[in-house]
Amino acid sequence: MTGIYLDNNATTRVDPLVLAEMLPLFTEQFGNPSSMHGFGAAVGGKVEWARQQVQALLGAAHDSEIVFTSGGTESDNTAILSTLEAFPKKREIITSVVEHPAVLALCEYLEKKRGYTVHRIPVDGKGNLDTDAYDRALSENVAIVSIMWANNETGTLFPVEELARKARAAGALFHTDAVQAVGKIPMRLADSAIDLLSLSGHKLHAPKGIGALYVKRGTRFRPMMRGGHQERSRRAGTENAPGIVGLGAAAELALHHMADENTRVRALRDRLERGLLAAIPNCFVTGNPDNRLPNTCNIAFEFIEGEAILLLLNEHGIAASSGSACTSGSLEPSHVMRAMGVPYTAAHGATRFSLSRDTTDAEIDTVIKVMPGIIARLRALSPYWAGAEKAPREFAPVYS
Amino acid sequence: MWNYTDKVKEHFFNPKNAGVLDDANAVGEVGSISCGDALKLMLKVNPDTEVIEDARFQTFGCGSAIASSSALTELIIGRTVEEALRLTNRDIADYLGGLPPEKMHCSVMGAEALHAAIAAYKGEEWADDHEEGELVCKCFGVDAAMIERAVTVNNLSTLEEVTHYTKAGGSCQTCHEKIEEVLETVLARAGKEMGASRAPAAGLVGLDAIKPLAPKAPAPATAGKMTNVQRMQAIMLAIEEIRPQIQRDGGDVELVDIDGKDIYVRLSGACSGCSQSAGTMMGVQMKLVEKLGEFVRVKPASLMPAGV
Repeated sequence: MTGIYLDNNATTRVDPLVLAEMLPLFTEQFGNPSSMHGFGAAVGGKVEWARQQVQALLGAAHDSEIVFTSGGTESDNTAILSTLEAFPKKREIITSVVEHPAVLALCEYLEKKRGYTVHRIPVDGKGNLDTDAYDRALSENVAIVSIMWANNETGTLFPVEELARKARAAGALFHTDAVQAVGKIPMRLADSAIDLLSLSGHKLHAPKGIGALYVKRGTRFRPMMRGGHQERSRRAGTENAPGIVGLGAAAELALHHMADENTRVRALRDRLERGLLAAIPNCFVTGNPDNRLPNTCNIAFEFIEGEAILLLLNEHGIAASSGSACTSGSLEPSHVMRAMGVPYTAAHGATRFSLSRDTTDAEIDTVIKVMPGIIARLRALSPYWAGAEKAPREFAPVYS
Repeated sequence: MWNYTDKVKEHFFNPKNAGVLDDANAVGEVGSISCGDALKLMLKVNPDTEVIEDARFQTFGCGSAIASSSALTELIIGRTVEEALRLTNRDIADYLGGLPPEKMHCSVMGAEALHAAIAAYKGEEWADDHEEGELVCKCFGVDAAMIERAVTVNNLSTLEEVTHYTKAGGSCQTCHEKIEEVLETVLARAGKEMGASRAPAAGLVGLDAIKPLAPKAPAPATAGKMTNVQRMQAIMLAIEEIRPQIQRDGGDVELVDIDGKDIYVRLSGACSGCSQSAGTMMGVQMKLVEKLGEFVRVKPASLMPAGV
């Protein structure tokens, strides 16, 4: 596949350097790290090195705080279920309305089938967390807070370090789904009150099927997978050694490229955003433009539907994503757009461009060039468009 | 990525009859911007001949919504109002070579807009018969209220029974958990428990006692009296009758085995690996139920129990 790939919040390309690190693990270095012979020892050493590479990216105090898992969803599920099992008397959970389904669906299940009380903290029109509501929800009955670091759709960042300090003061464990944030913004977990953190390899140029859960030393933990003694008995099952080695290499590369991500990639994203807003009437940025990931841009286009936009972009070889209902097969637009109060007139047309260190200037030029035509073409088909047009400067979204 | 047919793509990328029809004398508007799709259908009907001479549309919605609107206009231009009224959403989907199950509602929207426009032409009130309940089965457009009614009225207690009575959950199966939730709620109200869903081992779940979805055509006179050989021949004949339709879409279907009420088939060509193969299976099943006058299930050969 060639083309312009601006869907890096969905998944990223495996970095060729990552792949090169992994390949020997499929051929000559195939041993089981647990085995008492040279085949195993060679692989075991690599797995432990990868653990240190991930530790460095997170700024964690100890490498033993890193537990390798199959990815973000497993890490999220493990963090929450482990804590609930470790604190059986605490029957409340705090989360936010804009979490990833890996957290939201689990919380809904725990609420319906296991009788837990779930507090879902709302957000304002820019996607910022209602911290007053958060403070009110905290109590000694709360077992765990699970709030994402960065939102996958808008890139909006939550003040997780401050939220974690408050949770600790209230006696609750704090978990953050940092799948979108890890590798894009600097972290120092050693100095934070964050107890548990989920990350996923394929969001940072490692392959799919590998991830990690950070478990701060001293955190009460109950494994979800029981069996062997792997990962200090916190995650049984023979290690996915190639994936782990790939994640380690990707973590090291992410640290290396962090400055680039926050300067060059951010500038590209800003240029894309300015270009689209200037050329296309009746559209606006969703989320908090002043406090978000450097690679993410989410623009809502009024009176058209996201899947149609994606199909036409795809004709130009451009890959993006949409919170529209139709792309997911559901009938409701994205819960994130709804939670921010983005009106239906625009929520269905919300389109996410997520860049990476692979994105080039020329690619951004192409998107800025073709997007106005795509939007105009669909609006010409829309029964709602005639008469709604406003000059870019006159246009103010109906919500603030 | 949806597995859209070439025909859907053709009608999305180059829609026919898009735009405003200035001298329209019948307009139907369905859907809304909050639902994520809406269609305004404009017709020019000749009052003397009742022939739809021209049709245009404006659509807010996804690729298949736009393609369905375009297909609808192509299907109705040149037909009389009465002929057009006989069109169903199935005809729109068939015209497009099929739609993914999750997208069937786009064809429903087309059919509704047509009925709304014709009602407007005749000066009648068109009543949207959509229920307000949460849509549970998206493939067949079945909502919670309809499932609740079916469960209450017919004393249903298993997921399979719900599927047999309402079609809900009969295609892509993603809504099975939701159906069970509705079922549990209704049964709990009546102080009952949900029955175990199991493969239809005849006699155990009393499948024979459950009336199948009423077949449209009267059951053949021989139904129920058929010998095994006659029944097998009837099944083979029915499959042969369905094949041309599937072959038109570049696929094929082959009868592999008959095991009581389970009929195993193999889809091939364009059908194998197609996201709509579950829908195709359902279509074959409905045809067989109709032909045999008894309830049977059509399953992919890959699900055959070992040793059959």
